[in-house]
Amino acid sequence: MPKILIPTPLRPYTDKQDAVDARGATVGELLADLTRKHAGLKAHLYNDQGKLRSFVNVYVNDEDIRYLQKEQTPVASSDTVSIIPSVAGGVETVAPPATDAVGSGSSRALPNLTNDEVKRYSRHLIMPEVGVDGQRKLKAAKVLCIGAGGLGSPVSMYLAAAGVGTLGIVDFDVVDFSNLHRQILHGTPDVGRSKLQSARDKLHAINPEVEIQTYETALSSQNALKLFEPFDIIVDGTDNFPTRYLVNDACVLTGKPNAYGSIFRFEGQASVFATKGGPCYRCLYPEPPPPGLVPSCAEGGVLGVLPGIIGIIQATETVKLILGIGEPLIGRFLIYDALRMRFRELKLRKDPDCPVCGTHPTVKQLIDYEQFCGVGPAAPEPVAVNNATEITAVELKQRMDRGEKLRIIDVREPNEYQICRIPGTELIPLGDVPKRYNELDPDQELIVHCKMGGRSAKAADFLRSVGFKQVLNLKGGILDWIDKVDPSQPKY
Amino acid sequence: MTIKRLAITADVDRAIRAHGQETFPHECCGALVGSGDRVTAVVPLPNMTEEGPRRRFLVRPSDYRDAERRASELGHELLGFYHSHPDHPARPSQYDLDHAWPTFAYIIVSVMAGAPDAMTVWFLKEDRSSFDEGQLTYAENSHPDTAATVHG
Repeated sequence: MPKILIPTPLRPYTDKQDAVDARGATVGELLADLTRKHAGLKAHLYNDQGKLRSFVNVYVNDEDIRYLQKEQTPVASSDTVSIIPSVAGGVETVAPPATDAVGSGSSRALPNLTNDEVKRYSRHLIMPEVGVDGQRKLKAAKVLCIGAGGLGSPVSMYLAAAGVGTLGIVDFDVVDFSNLHRQILHGTPDVGRSKLQSARDKLHAINPEVEIQTYETALSSQNALKLFEPFDIIVDGTDNFPTRYLVNDACVLTGKPNAYGSIFRFEGQASVFATKGGPCYRCLYPEPPPPGLVPSCAEGGVLGVLPGIIGIIQATETVKLILGIGEPLIGRFLIYDALRMRFRELKLRKDPDCPVCGTHPTVKQLIDYEQFCGVGPAAPEPVAVNNATEITAVELKQRMDRGEKLRIIDVREPNEYQICRIPGTELIPLGDVPKRYNELDPDQELIVHCKMGGRSAKAADFLRSVGFKQVLNLKGGILDWIDKVDPSQPKY
Repeated sequence: MTIKRLAITADVDRAIRAHGQETFPHECCGALVGSGDRVTAVVPLPNMTEEGPRRRFLVRPSDYRDAERRASELGHELLGFYHSHPDHPARPSQYDLDHAWPTFAYIIVSVMAGAPDAMTVWFLKEDRSSFDEGQLTYAENSHPDTAATVHG
């Protein structure tokens, strides 16, 4: 039978034994058997929801089960399972149970403010709309930012500065040079670091009182509900449709408000979705746009200052929701045009037929959002010898070096062509291809490329549909060409 | 209700205060080693918190394991932990309560403007609802040899 090693403070509950035998094939079963035999242990190992307390560490031999399969970790009879306390603590005196614990709909007791915090938040405290109680609500609040990028930067920096007690951040990316013109959480020395580490440093420098919880993972249908569960408000700073629908649906299913924002080129949008009685993102857009119709920031570009304004609107709405003041952006869809410097507001109504938040919802659990948005993993391309559809950067270079006369069409925009180009190419932007394909010979082999391969794949499809016999798409676009063939050129 | 007592030696008292002073304005932490209700040695531990050491302390599981092992090697047991509250009173916080273990003694030393101040001891209530304040007593006949600080 596997042996469980008991730490000193729990030995009074195991008749002073420092090791106990228990039955079970997994850690979960073993601990269940242990707490059956020694009932006094239960309150100290598990919280009220029956989950292992965060400061209880369980090791199988020398491995923390958090890095194995958690409570599903299998245990053999020769294994030794250790329960090891994390010992933690810190200042901030115990608050008396708050009588006015309205908070953000939570029943948590509001924490008191320390003298340092009173000083830090004094400009909040002297406003009656915030005051000491409002600041305590902020301190008790838990906000989860999806993404530590363009929107996540101003959102998390302002929320940390404002004294939101717990800030969660989900991101899995590393800082890249192309992030720096808008993602002000990160600086030049952070390039190559994980965005979460960089965010943690910056946010702690702004306000060490804030507890930063980082989740280095891609948000998915498997983890979203669990990740959202401990938080009060979710701030959507995502840059793609599958994640945006995922965030929306998970907010509706968990009943958490979604402080939404999105940006593209010179235009931004913001709203508050999924509040009680309010509309959700799907009430506005029941279906995603066809894949490829709306380009991402990486393809279409974005004005560097734009996420600043939209992110701060999201942060403002988050603070208002926590404090319960003002008119929240619920049922209103704000559109900001940076070039004209204008805000427009659309009225939104909750759609009774909404598939997620309507009266008879059809979506009752999270689905496959990649598939829903039509951007799922592409079916493997047929690579028949005479029917090749792609060419790699290295193959292209080899053919050029052999002196073959190739016709290569660059379907990017002229301003992209100015940044970098493959020698000997002709520029026909994707939008002009239908007007200008007559300039090309349908019997001659054509190679098309763009930045990453998406737009040129569309151009290739179109050209084939109008009778071009041999069209090859450059795999990975000019970025791959720069990586593999010509690193002297700048990437964007 | 009886008040739990914890006896410490003059050297233990000095070692905890000195540790709190040394790490100020950050929190210090360490293990209390002894037997029964008498602390005879302390094991200073590194504060591994990632949440700002001015406000928090965290003992890594591996350090906890070492402290427990060290105590049993000395023929003693692990009696609890100490930590400092820089510029804050020597009273447990909600955070301390949320993370407390039963039966352990928790010594808190307040370090005000860099100078060690009040020192108190606390025990978690069986129902985890709050702490009971214990009484710190100074062991008579405390022998300097038995009160050596075990250095990590």
